[in-house]
Amino acid sequence: MSESMEKLKLAEKLVGRGKVSRRQFVQLALAAGITAATAETMFVKAARAEPKKGGTFRMGVGHGATTDSLDPATYPDQFTGTMGWGAIGNSLTEMNAKGEITPDLAESFEPSDEAKKWVFTIRKGVTFHNGKNVTADDVIASYRHHMGKDSKSAAKSILSSITDIKADGDKVIFTLDGGNADFPFLASDYHTPIMPAKDGDVDWQSGIRTGPFKLAKFEPGVSAKMVRNENFYKDVWFDEFEMLCIPDVAARTAALTAGEIDYMDRCDLKTLDLVKATPGVKITEVTGYGHYVIPMNVTVAPFNDVNVRLALKYAIDRKAIVEKVFFGHGTPGNDNPIAPTIQFAIDPQPRHDYDPEKAKSYLKKAGLDSLKVDLSTADAAFAGAIDAAVLYKESAAKAGIDINVVREPDDGYWDNVWMKKPWVMSYWNGRPTVDWMFQTAYAADAAWNDAFWKHPKFNELLKAARSETDQKKRAEMYAEMQQIQQEDGGNVVIMFNNYVSAHSDKLAHGDIAANWDIDGMKIASRWWFA
Amino acid sequence: MTATHEAASVTAKAAPSISQRRRRSKLGNAWRGFVKAPTSAKFGMLIIALYVIAAIFAPIIAPHGQAEVIGPGYQPWSWQYFMGTDQLGRDLFSRLIYGARNTVGVAFLTTMLSFALGGSLGLLAAIAKGWTDQILSRIVDALMAIPVLIFALLLLSIFGTSVIKMVLVMAVLDSTRVFRLTRAVSQSIVVMDYVEAARLRGEKLPWIMRREILPNIMAPLVAEFGLRFCFVFLTISALSFLGLGLQPPTADWGSMVYENKMLITVGRLTPLLPAGAIALLTVGVNFVVDWFLHKTSGLKE
Amino acid sequence: MNAVLKIVLQRLGLGLITLFVVSVIIFVAILMLPGGFAEAILGQAATPETVAAFNKEIGLDQPAIVRYAYWIAGVFQGDFGTSYASRVGYRREVADILAPRAFNTLFLAGMTALIAVPLSVGLGLLAALYRNTWFDRGINMISLVSISFPEFFIAYIAIVLLASPAFLNILPSLAKVDDDASLGERIYRCALPAITMTLVIVAHMMRMTRAAIINVLASPYVEMARLKGAKPWQIIVRHALPNAWAPIVTVIALNLAYLIVGVVVVEFVFTYPGMGKMMVDAVTSRDVPVVQACALVFAATYILLNLIADVLGIVTNPRLLHPK
Repeated sequence: MSESMEKLKLAEKLVGRGKVSRRQFVQLALAAGITAATAETMFVKAARAEPKKGGTFRMGVGHGATTDSLDPATYPDQFTGTMGWGAIGNSLTEMNAKGEITPDLAESFEPSDEAKKWVFTIRKGVTFHNGKNVTADDVIASYRHHMGKDSKSAAKSILSSITDIKADGDKVIFTLDGGNADFPFLASDYHTPIMPAKDGDVDWQSGIRTGPFKLAKFEPGVSAKMVRNENFYKDVWFDEFEMLCIPDVAARTAALTAGEIDYMDRCDLKTLDLVKATPGVKITEVTGYGHYVIPMNVTVAPFNDVNVRLALKYAIDRKAIVEKVFFGHGTPGNDNPIAPTIQFAIDPQPRHDYDPEKAKSYLKKAGLDSLKVDLSTADAAFAGAIDAAVLYKESAAKAGIDINVVREPDDGYWDNVWMKKPWVMSYWNGRPTVDWMFQTAYAADAAWNDAFWKHPKFNELLKAARSETDQKKRAEMYAEMQQIQQEDGGNVVIMFNNYVSAHSDKLAHGDIAANWDIDGMKIASRWWFA
Repeated sequence: MTATHEAASVTAKAAPSISQRRRRSKLGNAWRGFVKAPTSAKFGMLIIALYVIAAIFAPIIAPHGQAEVIGPGYQPWSWQYFMGTDQLGRDLFSRLIYGARNTVGVAFLTTMLSFALGGSLGLLAAIAKGWTDQILSRIVDALMAIPVLIFALLLLSIFGTSVIKMVLVMAVLDSTRVFRLTRAVSQSIVVMDYVEAARLRGEKLPWIMRREILPNIMAPLVAEFGLRFCFVFLTISALSFLGLGLQPPTADWGSMVYENKMLITVGRLTPLLPAGAIALLTVGVNFVVDWFLHKTSGLKE
Repeated sequence: MNAVLKIVLQRLGLGLITLFVVSVIIFVAILMLPGGFAEAILGQAATPETVAAFNKEIGLDQPAIVRYAYWIAGVFQGDFGTSYASRVGYRREVADILAPRAFNTLFLAGMTALIAVPLSVGLGLLAALYRNTWFDRGINMISLVSISFPEFFIAYIAIVLLASPAFLNILPSLAKVDDDASLGERIYRCALPAITMTLVIVAHMMRMTRAAIINVLASPYVEMARLKGAKPWQIIVRHALPNAWAPIVTVIALNLAYLIVGVVVVEFVFTYPGMGKMMVDAVTSRDVPVVQACALVFAATYILLNLIADVLGIVTNPRLLHPK
């Protein structure tokens, strides 16, 4: 590489940081034998690629309610998660866009005693928004907030394996009731921002945390305003961050196209192409871990017969649902709830592709000529659930299965229908590890084992794999479990859904995380204005 | 849709003083009346007739079933897909036709029920007076003081959203308006001399209700019926907006407008069709109602 | 005037009874709803233990009748209680949550009324003046069509026409209003919802005005004025209008009540932080104290506006003012 070319490369990097002007850059490019026009485009591209500070980021979110609070124990959704964890708070660890776990508030973490003990070292010099140093006691209090008998936390069950937390200088030592190689993943959950300890509990009320933004104003169910935390340990690009709760998707879209907001989550998929065509609007799309499922209660007839379950699994035309209801914005499932991008995921064989003949033969094996079942659904399960159920009905009819679609009220769906009616539509945000997902909804004793499926061999493997440190053995165990679940389990996994959002082309970003929507709820610290 | 409902009752409430003037017109005059009717009323009757035919013969007229997927979603208008397809690729024209059956059926049933309930209780309150009137009126006051949409949301969340339950909930909520109207209108009739005379003659209460009062309050009630009938579509549509609607895949215009709402924002025609179907019927019904009111009011222009 | 006062007092007394009945109906209805506050907040993540802990903290472990008694005792002392979203160290008074929302709702209602009432009465008078002409029929037709479209439909069309790059991008589609927003800013932000609401309610008031005027036109004294050679517009404004006020005022009052009570859907579309949206939110999350307070405010509004309409109706009609 010539000297002038090298200079240009260096300049390209500096452009992004605003250290090289357009004129200087073009001169260097001309010296390297590049035409002026090409140099211009190179300059623009380089200027965008490197993050820079500035601007007020306004974002419209579909979630949010007047009952929202800053208490991380009851963060219900993306609004509180993105605000109260992603923007103003942070956890011990963080998951990056590649799905790897990296240190965040903790500088490092180490397992010992066959992954039964985990030692997290707190990053040096990190402070709360009020200037107070973060200590091990704050971390302990923040975790204790979710634990114990009187806990009202949604994170209670995932942290239930912690038997003891101890402070040791700037180290926090977690002791678990069994080995868990995936514990650092749990420490990145959005319910676990670190908060200042106060009177034996934590002070969550003030909103004083450790994150990249400081809370300026929060009106539950309406909006939140935040300003940059200049003392954050990493660069933070936006000057200000404003979140608006806009539940109606048409209103969100209108606000974005009219330039009233810079980013919207959860686009309407039907009209996405038309929105895409709007000048100044860009679409981002990632296939996440989230998936749509139809759990059947395997303890009641007819679902207690594995052949009926298989018949139903072969009778659903997943491709048609992905194409028609979600306009291709998703990946058809194969009755395995583990997303293909997760470590140790396999694609169980034979695949459960739509095959009415096979469905019929399984029905026959179960001793039935035809089958009539009720399927409870509501768009509260996931947007499009009703349409998906109607298409399922159409495809199953060809296999001699009559699905009666019952539309339930959105209101109270999770209390009244899910895990109460024998066959319902449901949604999982997904979990970043095989163990976490199975532990949440497939283990025999899991609180949300919504298929009431109890398979001895599966549960044995689940326990053994968790503390297994030999990665190869672990992979084999997880493969076997996924195979068992796919064949025998009570869940019809329809598809993995894409997180589809739209934003102004003034915004720039790196790779987008798949663990949760809104760039893993960390958009505030990861995006910038180009 | 409260205001619409309220206004309807008031529109009709103004009518009693007019309607008392003339006793009912005989059915036999109906045909002569039709011939003499103004163009707008004829137009209205034509529309109503078309809708009724579409509703009754839906399976014969519609080229496809209401739930049948016949092609890709959101197809534009063409010879193959007459009015295009909806979000799932179902034939929109067929769904519109079936929608006439479901929507008009549900609306008719709801309105009939609400009139039977509200009308009879209203009459009762007006005639019985005293405690019966007080108790009924207070209950109705309380029910009307709760925002209709939110109340419907509450009730449907409690009882579920099958068609029958929806009809019942909407009918009960609607009947409060009918009650008030009937009561107000009948009150002024009850004190009339001819009712007094009938009472003195020793006529029984049902006879008085049927022969003396009902004919004299028919005009405002019919007018009210026409409007209220149309507002049921709007209520269904608003309920769909809040996540409660008819059971899929049943086609009804209210939910169809809602399902296609995103298309409005990008300027496509499809959502206009079910909304237009509702609007056309509303206009038609009201033309007929206007003519009817005009005829009974005796105002000659 | 004494008679009017008596009626007003009587009606206010009845209104209190109505409010009580409303509070009972709402309380019972929420009791009958499946699930409670804890389940609604925790959603899919609810477990029996966390739900029990929650219920204990917000007092849901007490019998319903006790809870209601506490609540109503508080209301009589002017205390609407605290939202269930309150926690230790985080008190959320219902009154504090409600006040800004109620102000927003009143602001939008007032702004809409200022546009809609003069417009509809004016159009109604014109329609009565030019009755049975093409103008009258056209206005009639347009108003019928506008009331037969769902509200959100009108709202979206207004957005497409006035707040999107597709046509005119002159008004904001988001009616986000801050407490510190200036009056001008507020009016600008509320323009689209106000226009939508105007379209929704103008038709009724206009039709009523027209009908009431035409109704009066058949009276002998109007005939008299006509025979004396008064001009058509003079007849309408001087002779007909004063005698047609009662039904017009009634329909205006009812529409004003609707502007406060019935705007849920419009609030949703324009993301306007009003009371309707708040009440739906509170029902969804089973936040009983907030639902109760909203219901009471709505019911009181409805009762008061009805009362005003009736009183005006009586005052403008001597025959009702001095019954035989």
